Amino acid sequence: MTVTDRRTPVRGGVGTSAPRPDGVAKVAGRFAFSSDLFADGMVWGHVLRSPYPSARIRRIDVGPALAIAGVHAVVTASDVPGVNAYGLEHTDQPVFAEDVVRFTGEAVAAIAADHPETARRAAAAVVVEYEPLEPLVDAEAAITAAPIHPDGNVFAHLLISHGDPAATGDVVVEGTYEVGMQDQAFMGPESGLAIPADDGGVDLHMSTQWLHVDRDQVASALALPPGLVRMTLAGVGGAFGAREDVSLQVHICLLALHTGRPVKMVFSREESFLGHVHRHPCRMAYRHHATRDGRLVKVEARMVFDGGAYASTSGPVLTNACCFAAGPYAVPNAVVEGWAVRTNNPPCGAMRGFGAVQACFAHESQMDKLAAALGMDPVELRLRNAMQTGDRLITGQLISGTAPVAELIRTCSAAPLPPQDPAPDPMARPGGSGRSADPDRVRRGVGFAVSIKNLMYSAGFDDFSTARVRLADGAATVTCAAAEVGQGFVTLAQQIVREVLQVEDVVISAADTSSIASAGSTSASRQTWMSGGAVEGAARAVLRRREAGETGEIEETYEHHHKPTTPLGADGQGDAHVSYVFAAHRAVVDVDLDLGLVRVVEIATSQDVGRVMNPVQVTGQIEGGIAQGVGLAVMEEIVMDGGLVRNASFTDYLIPTALDMPEVTVAALIEQPEPGAPFGAKGVGEPPTISSSAAVAAAVRDATGLDLPRIPIRPQDIALAGS
Amino acid sequence: MARMSLDLTVNGERRKVDVDTRTTVLDLLREQLGLTGSKKGCDHGQCGACTVLVAGRRVLGCLVLAVTLEGAEVTTVEGLADGDDLHPVQRAFLDADAFQCGYCTPGQLCSAVGMLREVGEGWPSVVTPPGATVSVSSLGPDEVRERMSGNLCRCGAYVNIVPAVLAARR
Ligand code: FES
Ligand code: FES
Repeated sequence: MTVTDRRTPVRGGVGTSAPRPDGVAKVAGRFAFSSDLFADGMVWGHVLRSPYPSARIRRIDVGPALAIAGVHAVVTASDVPGVNAYGLEHTDQPVFAEDVVRFTGEAVAAIAADHPETARRAAAAVVVEYEPLEPLVDAEAAITAAPIHPDGNVFAHLLISHGDPAATGDVVVEGTYEVGMQDQAFMGPESGLAIPADDGGVDLHMSTQWLHVDRDQVASALALPPGLVRMTLAGVGGAFGAREDVSLQVHICLLALHTGRPVKMVFSREESFLGHVHRHPCRMAYRHHATRDGRLVKVEARMVFDGGAYASTSGPVLTNACCFAAGPYAVPNAVVEGWAVRTNNPPCGAMRGFGAVQACFAHESQMDKLAAALGMDPVELRLRNAMQTGDRLITGQLISGTAPVAELIRTCSAAPLPPQDPAPDPMARPGGSGRSADPDRVRRGVGFAVSIKNLMYSAGFDDFSTARVRLADGAATVTCAAAEVGQGFVTLAQQIVREVLQVEDVVISAADTSSIASAGSTSASRQTWMSGGAVEGAARAVLRRREAGETGEIEETYEHHHKPTTPLGADGQGDAHVSYVFAAHRAVVDVDLDLGLVRVVEIATSQDVGRVMNPVQVTGQIEGGIAQGVGLAVMEEIVMDGGLVRNASFTDYLIPTALDMPEVTVAALIEQPEPGAPFGAKGVGEPPTISSSAAVAAAVRDATGLDLPRIPIRPQDIALAGS
Repeated sequence: MARMSLDLTVNGERRKVDVDTRTTVLDLLREQLGLTGSKKGCDHGQCGACTVLVAGRRVLGCLVLAVTLEGAEVTTVEGLADGDDLHPVQRAFLDADAFQCGYCTPGQLCSAVGMLREVGEGWPSVVTPPGATVSVSSLGPDEVRERMSGNLCRCGAYVNIVPAVLAARR
């Protein structure tokens, strides 16, 4: 692949801050999100959900609901014509619960009615007789508890044994760490529109991250050939992993086929909290061994991830957490054991950072503990152990691509610290407008963290993307089913085609399942590489024909694969990953020791990007990812209580506002082109979320002197510490 | 179920509508008038995605009942531009890349327009020092952050939203 440093002659090519093609529509209010769609004769769908985390269903009577004027259909498990189950990795989640419900919010029935409120009332009128059961809510206990699903309670159990498992170091530090359940909380709740077609199929307009796997899961549940389920991407109001799994797709298609009418469904915010997967909460016990001069000798870890009621992507999340358990450091010996288990908590799956976030919090907390035990500067300790090209991961895999970890640490730690105002504005204190803080009890802290994550899917998955480029009359059209979720893929696709074909006019056509094969998921920071590569491949094929003298319309389709990977062996060794991306974060916080409030003053960061494809969009991803990382560190947690979600609203689940957002200083974007990556560029979406949480936690520890082994750090963890 | 007929101006156009008295302004706009630019992020006054202007003042469309708007002048994101001429705040959001998915953007834009007007009229905010006067020209980032803090953005575009709002003053 070509890596060029020359100035691009065509406007808006690779490396420029080309504007988003959907930008004007988005600021003008004309961009159609899935919730904005409408069809003649449309009725509204609504899902009845379980109020219990675990219960037997004794009886369902839909009669009273059907009797309500305006109700067109009520469907339950017995109406599912195909397989009553779906799932990304394992087909273990029922479309509708049959004999038991396994989490609060599980779908039991769906209603179509002339108005959303009629549908809600009808849902309330469905009679479901439950026999509540004792919920299994403790992940550790789930490993050995009686199975709550025919497939058992263990989604995945992984062992990594690297080097000499008996190796020991002069200095040993231990810790047990916990991460709470984070929600993706995208602003546009789940919504879609299903339109029944004359051929017996259905057209589904949906905000999602991966059209083709949604289609396959819908088709299997409806017992339709995949070709009869035609999916078109509707405007996506953010994703962050929560739209990887099927939510309402099957439900509205089934209702559309039942009623013969278009059916629209829009989740309320509460349903959104209940109706999609979350970031896995987990508990991680660690032991680090090092030499007296600060060389890592061995990392031991045991991780237990609560996957909730259904498998979703628990397996791959755990694989990531285990593979990156030691962080971006050269570690000769490691013993890691990981469990991902089934409980009666809400299902957990993908969220930005995908297993690496949890591991990072633990390994970076350990690095700080080790630095303290060694009497060494924590940045110096990280530099001393920084992974580089030619090192091996604890899975034995050689790091053959770029790994500028030391550069990241150096540049990020060298960024000037924000000045400390000797007489700070009372409004700039922790708690914002809270004037109750005693200024003498506010402490500043600084923390540092570094992260590693894989790009693309791993462990033998044959990951690919398909794109078509057509050149006609001096303009190019790109067809690709990659989901634009706000990350800017549509911008990037234009830039790549402009760069290759030297035409400025590039149109991105609608993403759907009918016109082209899969582009894979918008996740794992993979679209820049995978669909970027497919677009580049198609454009180059067009270019070759044009250079061979062809005139007139030229069209080429290209399927891009990355180099193959393999699953980990029984000892957790193997070449499971394609490529890695690294980032460093330094957090500066002010902490009110009495109120336990934290103000994140600044995050400085350096990121390994391979090549900057679009400076403005790269920076946007970094800032946005940091917002979510800061949220996990000090604000965001789904509060569970005996299997019940206690805070399914934006009043009780707080995400950062403009006031909570720290200053972001991008100390360096390290551009070392990655071999094998189109234009040398690495995905940039996830790293900002991974080590920013750990850096904030470290900074709060620095300010308070407390252990703080759990994120999010809540005010009571600080204010009531020691009491 | 009681219904009422209502006369109001939306984006400069007189509209006569018949509404169920329980309808919110947001649902009236989105479901009855086909103006889907205003977004529903929570329907409970918690996110700001539904912010619209009523007589130039920002309100949360999901918390205002439509029947309270007899004779009112409502401006939504669709009404900010003058034809193809984007409003300076819209331009500034584009120039600063102050959004990603764009779902919060209509609310951010209306909120920013209403907020700049509040500042122009000298309304203090909780971060305005006691006794100080505020003006559009002296507006700083702290004031913008405080005054825009009712508009959530999960894509985390705040770092660009604040300068975009400041740039739009010109
Ligand atoms: S939709 Fe009105 S504030 Fe969220
Ligand atoms: S741009 Fe996506 S929520 Fe603000």
